[in-house]
Amino acid sequence: MSQARNAILGRLRHRRDGALTAPTSDFSVVSNKQWSDEEKIDLFQQKIESVHAEVHRVTQDNWLETLKTLVQAKGLSDLLVPQKAAVGQAIRADWSETLPELRSYDQPVTEWKAELFSGIDGAVTDVRAAIAETGSLVLWPDQDQPRLMSLVPPIHFAILDAHQLKNTFYEVIVSEGWASAGMPTNALLISGPSKTADIEQTLAYGVHGPKELIVLIRQ
Amino acid sequence: MSSIKLYPPKPEKVYFYGTCLVDMFYPEAGMAGIQLLEREGIEVIFPQDQTCCGQPAYTSGYHDQAREVAAAQLKLFPQDYPIVLPSGSCAGMMREHYPELFAGQPEAALAENVASRIYELTEFLLHVCHMQIEDKGEPIKVAMHTSCSARREMGLGEVGPALLKKMGNVEVVEQARIKECCGFGGAFSVRHPEISEAMVNDKVKAITDTGAQQLVSGDCGCLMNIMGANEFQAQQGLVQEVKGEHIASFLWRRSNES
Amino acid sequence: MSHNPVQSFHPRVHEAIHNPQIRANFRKAMDGLMDKRLAAFPSDDDLQKMRDLAASIRLRALAKLPELLEKLEANLTAQGIQVHWAENGDQACKIILEICQRHNAKSVIKGKSMVSEEMELNHYLAEHGIDALESDLGEYIVQLADETPSHIIMPAIHKNTDQISDLMHEKTGTNKSRDVEYLTAEARQQLRERFEKADVGVSGVNFAVAETGTLCLVENEGNGRLTTTVPPVHIAVTGIEKVVENLEDVAPLLSLLTRSATGQHITTYFNMISSPRKEGELDGPDEVHLVLVDSGRSNIYQDDELLDTLRCIRCGACMNHCPVYTRIGGHAYGYTYPGPIGKILMPHMVGLEDAKDLPSASTLCGACGEVCPVRIPIPKLLVRLREESVAGDKQHDNSMVRGRGSKRNTTETLIWKGWAKMHKHGGLYRIGTGAATVFKGLMPNKIGAWTNCRTAPKLAASTLHEQVKARQLAQAKVQKEQQKSEGEA
Repeated sequence: MSQARNAILGRLRHRRDGALTAPTSDFSVVSNKQWSDEEKIDLFQQKIESVHAEVHRVTQDNWLETLKTLVQAKGLSDLLVPQKAAVGQAIRADWSETLPELRSYDQPVTEWKAELFSGIDGAVTDVRAAIAETGSLVLWPDQDQPRLMSLVPPIHFAILDAHQLKNTFYEVIVSEGWASAGMPTNALLISGPSKTADIEQTLAYGVHGPKELIVLIRQ
Repeated sequence: MSSIKLYPPKPEKVYFYGTCLVDMFYPEAGMAGIQLLEREGIEVIFPQDQTCCGQPAYTSGYHDQAREVAAAQLKLFPQDYPIVLPSGSCAGMMREHYPELFAGQPEAALAENVASRIYELTEFLLHVCHMQIEDKGEPIKVAMHTSCSARREMGLGEVGPALLKKMGNVEVVEQARIKECCGFGGAFSVRHPEISEAMVNDKVKAITDTGAQQLVSGDCGCLMNIMGANEFQAQQGLVQEVKGEHIASFLWRRSNES
Repeated sequence: MSHNPVQSFHPRVHEAIHNPQIRANFRKAMDGLMDKRLAAFPSDDDLQKMRDLAASIRLRALAKLPELLEKLEANLTAQGIQVHWAENGDQACKIILEICQRHNAKSVIKGKSMVSEEMELNHYLAEHGIDALESDLGEYIVQLADETPSHIIMPAIHKNTDQISDLMHEKTGTNKSRDVEYLTAEARQQLRERFEKADVGVSGVNFAVAETGTLCLVENEGNGRLTTTVPPVHIAVTGIEKVVENLEDVAPLLSLLTRSATGQHITTYFNMISSPRKEGELDGPDEVHLVLVDSGRSNIYQDDELLDTLRCIRCGACMNHCPVYTRIGGHAYGYTYPGPIGKILMPHMVGLEDAKDLPSASTLCGACGEVCPVRIPIPKLLVRLREESVAGDKQHDNSMVRGRGSKRNTTETLIWKGWAKMHKHGGLYRIGTGAATVFKGLMPNKIGAWTNCRTAPKLAASTLHEQVKARQLAQAKVQKEQQKSEGEA
C-alpha cells in the first residue's frame, strides 16, 4: 500500500493553505508540581486508594511478613513470583510450605495459557517507579516479570520502595530519560485494579484484569 | 473569551445599539437601558440607521449577507465612544465575530475598532458605571437566565447576578443546571423544533421548580423562548406563570417604583 | 465510507426525544459525568494552562504531521512493528483481513477502537468468515444487542442495568440480575475464554509517539492489555492525526483526556507498546502491525480553520456537556461519532449532502468549546460548516469540503438576500421593520414549530426606534418652549 502512503503524505505535504508553523509548548504547569517525600507517599496512597487499591506501609524488615499474612488472609492457594528480581528471591528464600505454593512464569505463555488464565490466584511483582500525583505504579515487564503477570491473576501484589516515588508521570519520563534510552517492548502505568463503569455508570472491579491490587510501600 | 478585562473610566457619551429583537418585541428594555445609562450621567446616542448586527444570517451560514448588513452597522459609530448593547448575543456577534467576518476585507480595521468598543449593557453598568441602585420594589423571588453568549462568548456569567444582588428586596434563586442552554439558538428553534422544545421545557421546569415569581435575562431571544413556553404551559394549567422581563426593564422599574 | 442505513435525522430525533428511557438514561449519565469532570479540575487556573499546553502539543503535532508520520513509521519499523497506510476504511479493512488470512485467523478479539467502528471492521471480517468479538464491556454489550456505540467513551450508556441484564440473559444465558458485579463477572468469564483462543487482537491507539515509536492505549478494564498481549498477532488501527511528537507530550494529554472524559485523575491502565515480543520474552504478540487510516483526514488538513478538528483526542467531554446530545442520545445522530465532535467531523467523512442536518443541530451554546481539553473552537467550526452547506460558487471557492453547497436552495438564498437588502439601509428597515416580517417570511410554515410549545411572540406597539425618536421630539419640544419662555422673559 505504498501508493496510499505516498498519496496521503503528498496531500499532507502540499497543504492548500500552506505550511504550518509549530507552536512551542510551555510545560511548566506539569513540570512545576513537586511534593516532599512524606507528601508524595501520602498523596500516592490517597490517590491509589481512591481507585480501590489496598495500601500497606511496611519496612524493609517486615514487608515479607505482611505479604505472608495477606496471602493467607486472602486464602490463595498459589502465587506467581519472579525468579530473578530481588523481591522474588527474598520471597523464595524465606517461604514455608504452609503458605501458598510459589509458581514461576518460566515458559512462553502459549505453553501454559489455560493454567495461567484459570489456575493462578495471585502474583507478586516489583515496580520500576511510582507516581504520587496520580497514584500510579510504573512497570516495565520483562522476561522475569512478563506482561500478563500483573494482569491475568485475580490479585496483584506490587512491592514499591518509597524512594521510587516521583511527583508526576512527566517527571518519570524526563528524569529517567525514557525517550533517549529507548522504550521497552511494553511500558505500563497501573493505577488500581481493573474496573468498568460500562453498566449504568456503576463501578465494578476485576472485569478483565485483577480484582484486587495490593501495594506494599517499603519505607 | 477575556477572563481579565480592563474597563475604561466612565465616559461622557455612549452609542446605544438596541438590537432588532429589542426593537420589535422588547422596546421597553431598550428604553430602560437608555435611561439607566442616562441616570449614570452619560449622554446616550441612538443612531437611527441601526438595524441588525447580522447574526441571524451569520449563524445560518449566509456570511456575504451578514457582512453586507454588518458593514452598514460599522458606519454608525464614527466617534470613539463605547457601544452598549442590551444583549449578550448581539454584543458577542459584534465583539467576537465582526473581526473574523471582516478579516481581509477593506473594513477589517474598522471592524476591529468597533469590536474593541462593544459592551453588553449589564457589563457596562456594573464594571464601567459602577452603578449604585436603590430597590424600591416589593420583596420578590427572582431567577436569572444568562444567555450562553453572555456567559461563554462574553465571559459575563457573574454580571447579572451581581447587579441583582444590589437590589435589597430581591431574593435570587438558582435554578437547576443554570448554565445549560434554553434551547433557543435562533433558527435552531424552528429548524430542530423537537430538540428545542425538549430543552425549553426542561428550562421552564427548572425555573418554576424554584418558586421564582419572576425571570430576568439580559437576552431577549432566551426570554422570548422561555417565557413563551412558560406562558404556553401555564395556559394549560401545567405550571405556575412566571413574569418575564429583560434585566434592564426590571432594574429600571424597581428603582423607580413609588 | 459507509454508515448505518438509517432514516434521516429528524425521524431519529423524534423517536429518541419521545423515548423516556433514552431521555432518563442520558440525562442521568451526563449529569454525573459533568459533575465528575468539574471535581477533577479543582483549579481553574491549572485547567486553563493545561488546555493551552495540550492545544499547543496537538497543533505542533499537526504542524509537523507528515514528518512525524514518517518518523513514527521509521521508528516502529526499526523496532519490528509493521506499518500500513490506508486511504479509507475499505482499504484498512482489506489490510486487516489480509493479515488475518495470512495467519489463518478465525477468531479476532477487539479492544475498543472508534476507527474500527468508522470502517465497520466487524461487519467486514464477518463477511469473510472471521468472527470479531468486542471485549470492552460496553462494546460487548452493544455487539450483543447488534447496535453501535452511542457514546465514544461509554458505548452502552444508552442502556440501563435492567436492559443489559435482559440482553445478556437472552444472548448468553446469564441469570437476570440487577447485580452489576454479577453481570460483570459473567462477562469476564465469557470473554476470558475468547481471549485464550483468539488468533488476532485488534486495538485502537490513543497516542502514537513519533520520537520513540510507541503506541499508547488508555483503558480501565484490562481488555486492551489482553488484546495487545495474548493473541500472537496484534493489529493497531488509528487515524493519521493521532501522532504526537515527543514522549513527554503524552503526560499532559493523558491527564487531560481522562479527567475530561470521566473525571478520573488517571485510568487504571496506560499501556505503551514499542515492539513485538523480543527474543527471550515469554508473552506478547510475535507480530505487531499499525494501520494508519486517512478517511478524509488529510482533506480536513488542507484548511487552516478546519484543521482544528484534527486536534481532537476523543475524550467525549463535548458530548457529555452538550444539551442536544443529552436530549437525543448518540444513536439519533446516525454516525460513528455523535455529539459536537461528530457534527464537525462526520460531514468530512460522509459529505455534507449526507450529513446535512448535523451542523444546524446546535444552538451554538458553546458548552462543548468551553470544556474541550485541546480548545477546539467547535461552535466556530459548526458555523463554518453551515456556511459551506449553503455556499454558492464564489464563497470558499477553493474549499475542499465534500458536499459543499448541497443545502443551498433558491428560496432561502433569495430570502437572505432580501433580508440583507432591507437591513443594510436603516431607512428601509424602519419602514419594513424588519426582522418581524422576515422572521415570518423566512419560515412561513415554521412558525407552527414555534407555537407547538410556546405562545407566539407579540410585536410591540411601537419600535425602539420610534420610541427614541418620539422621546427626542418631546424633549426638543420642551427645550424649545423653555428657550421661548426664557426669550420672552
